[in-house]
Amino acid sequence: MENDFILGMTAIAASILIGMGALGTAIGFGLLGGRFLEGAARQPEMANMLQIKLFIVAGLLDAVPMIGVGIALFFVFANPFIGG
Amino acid sequence: MPFLSIGCLYWWYKKADKMNKASFLKTLFLTYILLISANSFSATSENNPGCFEYGEEVSSNEYISHHLVFNKGAVFPGEENGFWTVHLDSLFYSVFVAFLFCFSFYFAAKKATISPPSGWLGFVEMVVVLIDDQVKDTYHGTSKLIAPLALTIFCWVFLMNFMDLIPVDLLPYFGKCAADIEYMRVVPSADLNITFGLSLTVFLLIIYFSIKIKGLRGFAKELAFQPFGKWMLPFNLLLKLIEEIAKPLSLGLRLFGNLYAGELIFLIIALFTLGLTLEQFSPADSGYMVMQFLLGLMWALFHLVIILLQAFIFMMLTVVYLSMAHEEH
Repeated sequence: MENDFILGMTAIAASILIGMGALGTAIGFGLLGGRFLEGAARQPEMANMLQIKLFIVAGLLDAVPMIGVGIALFFVFANPFIGG
Repeated sequence: MPFLSIGCLYWWYKKADKMNKASFLKTLFLTYILLISANSFSATSENNPGCFEYGEEVSSNEYISHHLVFNKGAVFPGEENGFWTVHLDSLFYSVFVAFLFCFSFYFAAKKATISPPSGWLGFVEMVVVLIDDQVKDTYHGTSKLIAPLALTIFCWVFLMNFMDLIPVDLLPYFGKCAADIEYMRVVPSADLNITFGLSLTVFLLIIYFSIKIKGLRGFAKELAFQPFGKWMLPFNLLLKLIEEIAKPLSLGLRLFGNLYAGELIFLIIALFTLGLTLEQFSPADSGYMVMQFLLGLMWALFHLVIILLQAFIFMMLTVVYLSMAHEEH
């Protein structure tokens, strides 16, 4: 009963963490994929090399929201603000 | 689900005599599917009183919290939870996986010949050539350490990440039955200590290479006088320090974040059949089993891409940072 407020705020915080991370990543991947398709359409022989670079940048892009998801899930399941 | 895995095994056995590279990869994929289909089987028999008694019903919160605790050991006795505690399970699995990688690649290297290889030898050669090409494209220096370092990082991180695909309760169940181990986390790279160990080692290597190539004066000059002139020394220093600290921080956290989130989602998927037993099996439970199998399959397939990608990213960033340590501005 005494943890109600903290639990509610934690839920909101975790949702914002995951949601904003997903938003940024989705926009980023969309831009990235669009540029890749453009580049591959202009020079089809570079498509293979560009695809490798695409995955590298995709992995980099993925990292920050994943860290956010990790922190958010940590707050949901092992909330440090709920004492003892 | 066990019948599916037995069927897959039989099909694989029948195809086993025609081992070339394509079918080797296919059998590898089949083993992944096997592991994933065994997932639902292991979580269903969770409350099975075999060698361990669940005295009371475990709630989902307790299940997840239990599975997130590391197996701690104290280096100096009497110092539990102090600075000198190690996570025995992460250490064991990372060293075990490293030995697996080293020995299998060593035996492949011993048998290497000029003629085109096949089977395991072909796979090892494929991996080595892949990484060699990547390093040749990216690294513009002359050190002979970089390519073996890249191979080690890639294969080791990939194998550590692969432990995440083993069904969540399987190895802890064996640990509890055989050796009475209370807590066990089998994915070493979901442990901040392991990933930061890797990234801090890379950081030390970056500093070592910077100093070796540019000399101590050159290194200090680069820290102090880039990117603005010498009149903004403290600002330059701050910027450079932040940039240098961000490298190992982001390397370690990226790998940790991806693997921690993946493991947590596997745990949540395993919650579907919490409390179901084979004795009190009701037809309604089969719905949960199917749900768990499907979700587990989808997430495991996606996770396959993630673990490969994250190992590759770690390796590529290591090589890129080390290559940057060679460059002069």
